[in-house]
Amino acid sequence: MSETPFHTLVVRVENKPGVLARVSGLFARRGFNIVSLAVAPTENELFSRLTIVVDVESAPLEQVVKQLDKLINVVEIQELAPTESVTRELILVTVRVEEGKEDQVMKNIESFEANILSIGPQRIMVSLSGDVDKVEKFETSLRDFGIIEIQRTGTIALANIE
Amino acid sequence: MQTNGGKALMKNLEAEGVEILFGLPGGAILPAYDPLIDSSMRHILVRHEQGAGHMAEGYAHATGKPGVAMVTSGPAATNMVTPLADAMLDSVPLVCITGQVASAAIGSDAFQECDTTGITMAVTKHNFLVTKASEIPQVIHDAFYIATTGRPGPVLVDIPKDLVDPKNPASQFDDYEPSGHDLPGYNPITEPDIEKVRDAAELIFQSERPVIYSGGGILKARAAVQLRELAELLDVHVVTTLMNRGGFPDDHPLALGMPGMHGNYTAVTALQEADLLITLGARFDDRVTGRLDGFAPDAKVIHADIDPAEFNKVRSADVTIQGDVGRTITELIAILTQLQETKKHPDRNEWKSRISGWQERFPLVYDDWNPGEDLKPQYVVEQLRDLTPDDTIVASGVGQHQMWASQFWHFNHPYTWINSGGLGTMGFAVPAAIGAKAGMPDRMVWAIDGDGCFQMTNQELVTARRENLPVKIAVLNNGYLGMVRQWQELFYDERYSEVHLQPDLPDYKLLAEAMGCVGIRVESPEEVQPAIEQANEIDDRPVVIDFRTEAGENVYPMVPAGKSNSDVIVHPSQETT
Repeated sequence: MSETPFHTLVVRVENKPGVLARVSGLFARRGFNIVSLAVAPTENELFSRLTIVVDVESAPLEQVVKQLDKLINVVEIQELAPTESVTRELILVTVRVEEGKEDQVMKNIESFEANILSIGPQRIMVSLSGDVDKVEKFETSLRDFGIIEIQRTGTIALANIE
Repeated sequence: MQTNGGKALMKNLEAEGVEILFGLPGGAILPAYDPLIDSSMRHILVRHEQGAGHMAEGYAHATGKPGVAMVTSGPAATNMVTPLADAMLDSVPLVCITGQVASAAIGSDAFQECDTTGITMAVTKHNFLVTKASEIPQVIHDAFYIATTGRPGPVLVDIPKDLVDPKNPASQFDDYEPSGHDLPGYNPITEPDIEKVRDAAELIFQSERPVIYSGGGILKARAAVQLRELAELLDVHVVTTLMNRGGFPDDHPLALGMPGMHGNYTAVTALQEADLLITLGARFDDRVTGRLDGFAPDAKVIHADIDPAEFNKVRSADVTIQGDVGRTITELIAILTQLQETKKHPDRNEWKSRISGWQERFPLVYDDWNPGEDLKPQYVVEQLRDLTPDDTIVASGVGQHQMWASQFWHFNHPYTWINSGGLGTMGFAVPAAIGAKAGMPDRMVWAIDGDGCFQMTNQELVTARRENLPVKIAVLNNGYLGMVRQWQELFYDERYSEVHLQPDLPDYKLLAEAMGCVGIRVESPEEVQPAIEQANEIDDRPVVIDFRTEAGENVYPMVPAGKSNSDVIVHPSQETT
């Protein structure tokens, strides 16, 4: 078992206005920490699916789950154990490319198999998807070059195919 | 058949069995007030929207039926926030209808616009913003269902003006009867898991020092009869929290009274020394537990509640039973009755004698009155208790008077005690009493209020007079924010900061009379009984008695905030040297 204080919850909610506010408001008022939150409609347009990574050092997971379950629009909550699920995150990042460092930057991008999306004067925009570890490592590796702008999506997750 | 949103709103409220609405009209809700004229429902016109909310709560507490309030948008909705929060913390079934600016104006900072559903999200069990007039029948049906099932609570329905205005095409739709509920995320579990009930029964049989810790869930589940049956079957003592006063008769030999910060010494100490807490519809509120790591250190815990989120939230439990607490007790009684044929529990005589020892040594007491002193507030409560019918409904505000009322009244019937326990809303008493009287017109309703509380909501006595709801208000007037004064005395070195109110400003007698009530002033003990008897005789208008009480009186026992219940401070006369 992993010792991380982060747990991944997959939450199926009714696709109604204000649902995201209900979920985020609950976390805020009960002092639960959200590490990341991703939301999008599902194959059934009546429902959306949230992937919430929670820091359970702020509150026991049991409380987080039970309080979430009290929201009328929350239909189902599933905890995904890291060993039983696939998690992915997407990162978009624009990196500085100083004169003389082009090769280093390119080598770094290639070693992570990141995609080049756009190249401008002394900068390059790339994307990468992977689990959180990989995305973290990629981001760290770019810091020395200089990150101009960055956006990460937060984790999304699905249970493994059995 | 064509209908419109306003008509449908009235029709569906009636269909839910609503008999009384508490409310105040205004711009955005105007079109809904027009069809109200033709409705069978009684509307009680309040003087402030907060009053409508607390009246609806008082009505719900007294009758068990959901209270309904209807007000306009913006400031009316924000005035409703306190009652909603109050109902949320005390699990009161409430449905609140608010007007909203017209659909097209939403989000434009229109006149009297506020984000009502956004603001009330945290203080409601659920809320709805109606987006089409045709949703109204179903939403009203869902709102009552959510408010009254599972753990009860407040539900707000926000309706834009255009959807209830018959002149607006957006209000028109084909009428229909709502059927069922499409709420896939809401499935309250009421039937207890029998295996867990069995586990609980086993724990009870192993226990030497059990106590039943009963909370407001008993009253919400209408389970006072089952609770009594269980206590008598087991011959185990019962503490009744502030929210369950009346849920077990105070005159019963197994009653220990209220636990907590100002609880009876015996109730506090029995919980503290128990080896098993049979927790029924209670939630380990901090006012009950005191410092948590020192609370009932040797006790195993059985925790039965309709809301599983209460399990292990504050105190971890050995057995948790989700479900309607009345159903749980019934199952528990069945299993215990079977077990009793074959099993014996440890001898509990020593425990019982310890309890009766505490009861003898530390009864609730207060100092005798001496000539020249002001009245003792506890004496007033005792006199009220003894001079009114046994089933009198008592509402209170929040503070010292609330604690004295809870301590010195003998609650022997369920639904006779109405107060703001969780939120601690000052000003609750007057409107809550009025709401209770509206729901229970044949019962005597007294509010025991403080002078600080009374000044927050007394204008609703105008409503009471106008609507012929003859409630009686006992103001325990010590000229102070008494509980705050007590804390400043005990914990801030008697440095009194902004707590003095002055007992004769306002003149409570004149104020009462100005509002169409009878006003009486009582200053000495011999005036108490005649004044109460006079008030009891008056049935055509509200009565306010201004009891001038001792300013320096403190509530005892007391567990100081942050201290363990083992450090309970008893009345000075009971201190051992």
